[in-house]
Amino acid sequence: MLENLTDKLGKALRNIRGTGKLTEENMTEALKEVRQALLAADVHFKVARQFVTDVKEQCVGQEVLKSVTPGQQVVKIIHDELVKLLGEGTTELEDKKPLRIMMVGLHGSGKTTSSGKLARYLAKKRDYRPALVACDVYRPAAIDQLERLAENEGCAFYGDRNEKNVVKIGQRGLDAAKQADANLIIFDTAGRLQIDGDLIEEIKDLKKAIQPDEILLVADAALGQEAVNVAKHFHEAVQCTGIILTKLDGDARGGAALSMKSISNVPIKFMGTGEKPDEFDVFHPDRMASRILGMGDVVSLVEKAQDTIDEKEAERMAEKMRKADFNLEDFLQQMQQVKKMGSLGSIMGMMPGMSGVEIGESEEKKMARTEAIILSMTPQERQTPRLLRGSRLKRIANGSGVQVRDVNALLKQFGQMQKMMKMMRGGKKGKKMMQAMQAQMGDGGGLPKLPGM
Amino acid sequence: MRGLFKRFKEGLKRQTPTFQKAFDGIFSGAKLDSDALEELEEALYTADFGAETVQEIIEEIQAAYKADKSMRGEDAARIGARVLEQVLEGAEGRVTVGQHQPEVICLVGVNGSGKTTTSAKLANLYQNDGYKVLLGACDTFRAAANEQIQHWANRLSIDIVSSQHGADSAAVAFDAYEAAKSRGRDIVILDTAGRLHTKSNLMKELEKLHRVIQKQEPSAPHHSWLVVDGSLGSNSIEQARMFHKSFPLTGLIVTKLDGTSRGGAIVGIYRELKLPIYFVGLGEQPDDLQPFSAANYARAIFGITDETA
Repeated sequence: MLENLTDKLGKALRNIRGTGKLTEENMTEALKEVRQALLAADVHFKVARQFVTDVKEQCVGQEVLKSVTPGQQVVKIIHDELVKLLGEGTTELEDKKPLRIMMVGLHGSGKTTSSGKLARYLAKKRDYRPALVACDVYRPAAIDQLERLAENEGCAFYGDRNEKNVVKIGQRGLDAAKQADANLIIFDTAGRLQIDGDLIEEIKDLKKAIQPDEILLVADAALGQEAVNVAKHFHEAVQCTGIILTKLDGDARGGAALSMKSISNVPIKFMGTGEKPDEFDVFHPDRMASRILGMGDVVSLVEKAQDTIDEKEAERMAEKMRKADFNLEDFLQQMQQVKKMGSLGSIMGMMPGMSGVEIGESEEKKMARTEAIILSMTPQERQTPRLLRGSRLKRIANGSGVQVRDVNALLKQFGQMQKMMKMMRGGKKGKKMMQAMQAQMGDGGGLPKLPGM
Repeated sequence: MRGLFKRFKEGLKRQTPTFQKAFDGIFSGAKLDSDALEELEEALYTADFGAETVQEIIEEIQAAYKADKSMRGEDAARIGARVLEQVLEGAEGRVTVGQHQPEVICLVGVNGSGKTTTSAKLANLYQNDGYKVLLGACDTFRAAANEQIQHWANRLSIDIVSSQHGADSAAVAFDAYEAAKSRGRDIVILDTAGRLHTKSNLMKELEKLHRVIQKQEPSAPHHSWLVVDGSLGSNSIEQARMFHKSFPLTGLIVTKLDGTSRGGAIVGIYRELKLPIYFVGLGEQPDDLQPFSAANYARAIFGITDETA
């Protein structure tokens, strides 16, 4: 998609090469493309219009740089402007203990799930002792759901299945949290339409009763043009202090984020990125901007790698590679580290221009099989693969459910890898090493190929 | 039927801001210049129809304007409704129960689209029509999903088959089918866990569910409906496309149309996949699930009130 927008802009701007300056006239076509791209990403039309006007002002009069194409130059301006807009305001929550947070939003936006995730996040990163209070008295089993989440997170919980008065629940919840010595109290409320007068009154009353420090609007990243009304009305009713954007693990472009931010000026603070409890993070405007423009998410990928891969471990590995005493045990560990970053598919999704690439179920399977083979070896065998002969091979094949030839293939591949490392240690024969490396990459084998790279 | 359609329109009309006002502003001017056209386009975009449909409507309106310069906002709205109705031709899904014993209906969709609530409403609707219904609680993943549907089943006294949290959802589907068969139910409605269409492992799980049902009855599931949140934007089309790949769909149910959103994304889905729309969800009450009518939808969206139009 990045290529798409850049290409489109490039085409629209091709006439201005050599003219020296971006002007209103030579930008017209390009700006139309930008507007279309924003609308296609579900940005609200008014927001899109305003945004294009702003970008135009930024662009007009700028020198056309020689080093980049006009398309790239304009994309950069747009991207920066988007980051600026999305990132205004702080992602920090109020820094106080106890901290009271009220969650509001439409039906099915992910309030209950986000409540659990937020509790976990703040307990881990900020040493809070959370309590969850179930104020959804409408949706069947909503209370059970929150209780289950509280159990999983090992935090305090308050709910009352016989009480229909949300204000009373809120007040008792506060007391219960105090009793339980919690210093973070999250109130999960029922989903409601922003235009439902009675239910909006209800959260206003609840707000009055519990005096929350933060009111977070939980919104689905895939929301359409409606996002504007949702943000506007909820904000008018209860003065939201932040937005949590959910379901960002889908492939929605997320223009709703821009719409909501622009209309309400409420900062986007967090994002939900998966179904697991820890797939939750502070909001990153630059990533969202890239996403709205369809540019992939390299930063997240790098961070994910940093998060999951232990630096010391990585250094130890590198050292081993240098000394060329890299054995199958290390190989296994390395593979497991890559796996910790998530499925290969999700990793690929973060790469620019790759969001559409179907990454290999088969690659993933191959990796699992390689893992199984190594796991069927004894530690001694992993350290000295030379031992692997005859009956040992057969045992491993049986143990991992493959054929002996598969085990042999793995060993051969591993042998090549070791040879390569020895060459690296030698420091000479650079050319030969490159060739060997290419052969290695070409054959794919245990570690997945990255298509198109 | 008349009563149903009336309610359908009321639900949509209750909050939906119509195009008429916007159109009136546009057509009060002397000519339909590029600014006015842009305004028109933007007004149409608020419904999430998607670029193609917006373009078609604009072209029609432009052509009509050329022929008759005295055109008013109301006329433009009428044209819009007509084009939309044409686009949605054949989009009204209707079910005839009784060809299979039991008739298997399977609901799938992304998280939070309203599958469980819709399952209950659907069961209620068929039960009121005199059919014997059984619910299969195949969402074994989300915390307390079981309790949620169980609650509905108790409240509406519907027969239900469920299992433990974390159980194999395909196994629940199997049990539900067997139970429906042996208890002589007319319809079995399977509620599945919400899943984002981008998660290949979860989509695989759906494929398995499909295989398991088919093994019991080759013609089943007779209806596989994607539950679409009406307030979502263009991503709904992608959702439909991906779900359709893993779990061949036969239609759609659009939920949450009682807000101010107009659910225009279904137009995009229908254009691309030709999946008929069976029901629309217009509220939180058990009987707020209504059969879809293209004509009523189009008119409600464009704010056309008279019945003769």
